[in-house]
Amino acid sequence: MAGTYRGHGHALAKGTDPEALAAEMLGRKTGVCGGRAGSMNVIDLEHGLVGCFGIVGGSIAAATGAAISAQRQGKVAVAFFGDGASNQGYFHECLNWAQVFGLPVVYVCENNFYGEFTPMASVTAGGEIGIRAASFGMQSQVVDGNDLWAVREAALEAVGRARGGDGPTLLECQTYRHYGHSKSDPGKYRPPDEVERWLARDPLDLTRARLLDLGLRDDDLAAKDAEIDGQMERTVEAALAAGYPDPEQDSGTEFKE
Amino acid sequence: MSELEFRTAIRDALDEEIERDPTVVFFGEDVAAPGGVFMTTPGLHEKHGPERVFDTPISELAMAGAAFGAAVTGLRPVIEIMFGDFMALPMDSLVNQSAKFWYVSNEQASVPLVVRSAVGAGGRFGAMHSQIHGTWFQGIPGIKIVAPSNPADAKGLLKSAIRDDNPVIFLEHKRLYSVKGPQPAEETVPLGKAAVVREGSDLTIVSALRGVRDSLEAAEALAGDGIDIEVVDLRSLRPLDHETVLESVAKTNRLLVVEEGTRVGGWAGNLLGIVAAEGLHDLDDAWIVATDDTPAPYSPTLEDAWLPGPAEIARAVRERLGVASPS
Repeated sequence: MAGTYRGHGHALAKGTDPEALAAEMLGRKTGVCGGRAGSMNVIDLEHGLVGCFGIVGGSIAAATGAAISAQRQGKVAVAFFGDGASNQGYFHECLNWAQVFGLPVVYVCENNFYGEFTPMASVTAGGEIGIRAASFGMQSQVVDGNDLWAVREAALEAVGRARGGDGPTLLECQTYRHYGHSKSDPGKYRPPDEVERWLARDPLDLTRARLLDLGLRDDDLAAKDAEIDGQMERTVEAALAAGYPDPEQDSGTEFKE
Repeated sequence: MSELEFRTAIRDALDEEIERDPTVVFFGEDVAAPGGVFMTTPGLHEKHGPERVFDTPISELAMAGAAFGAAVTGLRPVIEIMFGDFMALPMDSLVNQSAKFWYVSNEQASVPLVVRSAVGAGGRFGAMHSQIHGTWFQGIPGIKIVAPSNPADAKGLLKSAIRDDNPVIFLEHKRLYSVKGPQPAEETVPLGKAAVVREGSDLTIVSALRGVRDSLEAAEALAGDGIDIEVVDLRSLRPLDHETVLESVAKTNRLLVVEEGTRVGGWAGNLLGIVAAEGLHDLDDAWIVATDDTPAPYSPTLEDAWLPGPAEIARAVRERLGVASPS
């Protein structure tokens, strides 16, 4: 799996230890990369995360290459990237490449409709990103990215296709950024009614509602929430308590000997 | 034993390493069925099959990225970016992915890949097919740059590059492909080690790639003027073996660095800086012969004048040492 610079969820999904991830974001020596990578560039090979990439579109190439190995190993590679990356050379070159060679890879575009501050529609031709796959003869699907079940169903189908030797898939999962691009961005360039509309479709709330519909009890979900909140608090506390790497001890080398 | 041609040395190194190590794969534009535009890879596709040797789309960025992704998941890719000039396209993947991975990952794994390209001017190819991109990568930690000057080194260095666990940029000068020379004495040639290819006492000339041959030719001509020249072949531009250069300068006290590339921002200037910082006490004179600060011109008269060839090197040495030119 190759993630974006906002790849913390990808890392957790692959099994990266939450405390090592939090410590990495805080530049601590107990971080999954010893504090050398930071929030945007997490790598955890032990858990199949070949990297999170600070350059948009980088993940697309990394997964395409991993798929060359995966094809030989009976595995599947996955790339996550944003709507902005679909206008990079990486996207067009790699989707063509993967289809030509029938690689077992799933390209997951997390379309949140903004490339940093700029609305996707004002810089992206053709409307949906998913339809771009058609020009390569590639299977694709546009998915409600805030619907956990819809995403799961589409992902299972795409992974199954890759595993079955039927080549790559492009999934466009439409979603939204609930906050600004970064801590210094209040996100005021977005129309308030648009923000409200999307916040009303918070995937956590939608999932909770669906779980209740399926018969789970509100008390049980609340208890689970409390359990995870407590776990996260302890995780962050432990990460904060860990020391910074000592420049005298961290004698990094340029090359592997 | 018969002599070895440079392009055959490249082919043989690839052939033997693909045979030796099942994780080595080789891909690029026109490298498989067509055998390479400079005929460096004929027969590899037929011998090793499409799983190991294959043609790619004209997608240099995807190629470098695919090599990175394959390298961190168990393969050892060798890719060919046909002309060095095209290396501006895959630069993001090489600089931000491959070169940084070993360090940034806290040494979880390295990225064993090789990027081969034909480089250099003098082939009447014009400004966009004549550059040597080694200097573009000179300031990037985590990526090695190899620059052979003869067939035996080309074979041994390419085998070392493929076996190396780090990303390696491998430069092949176009005006060396048809050069023949002795067979290699050893299986491999170590990366990052320069070689003294001619011993002398009056002046050290340091160069790489085609410049080594040109410097040797100039040294022969200058021997007739009573100037005894030592020639150092750098063989790698990163890591840069300045120790061998310093040892030579300690003997000759004079240093000329010959680079096919511009004086500003080149490896020659960098090397001169290191020698000045660490060997000033041994130094009576030091200078650079490089190209003009213009792109490579096309017209034969302009291109020949732009290149620092043997005549220009000999002329520069005579002028600097105050020796009259032969009439």
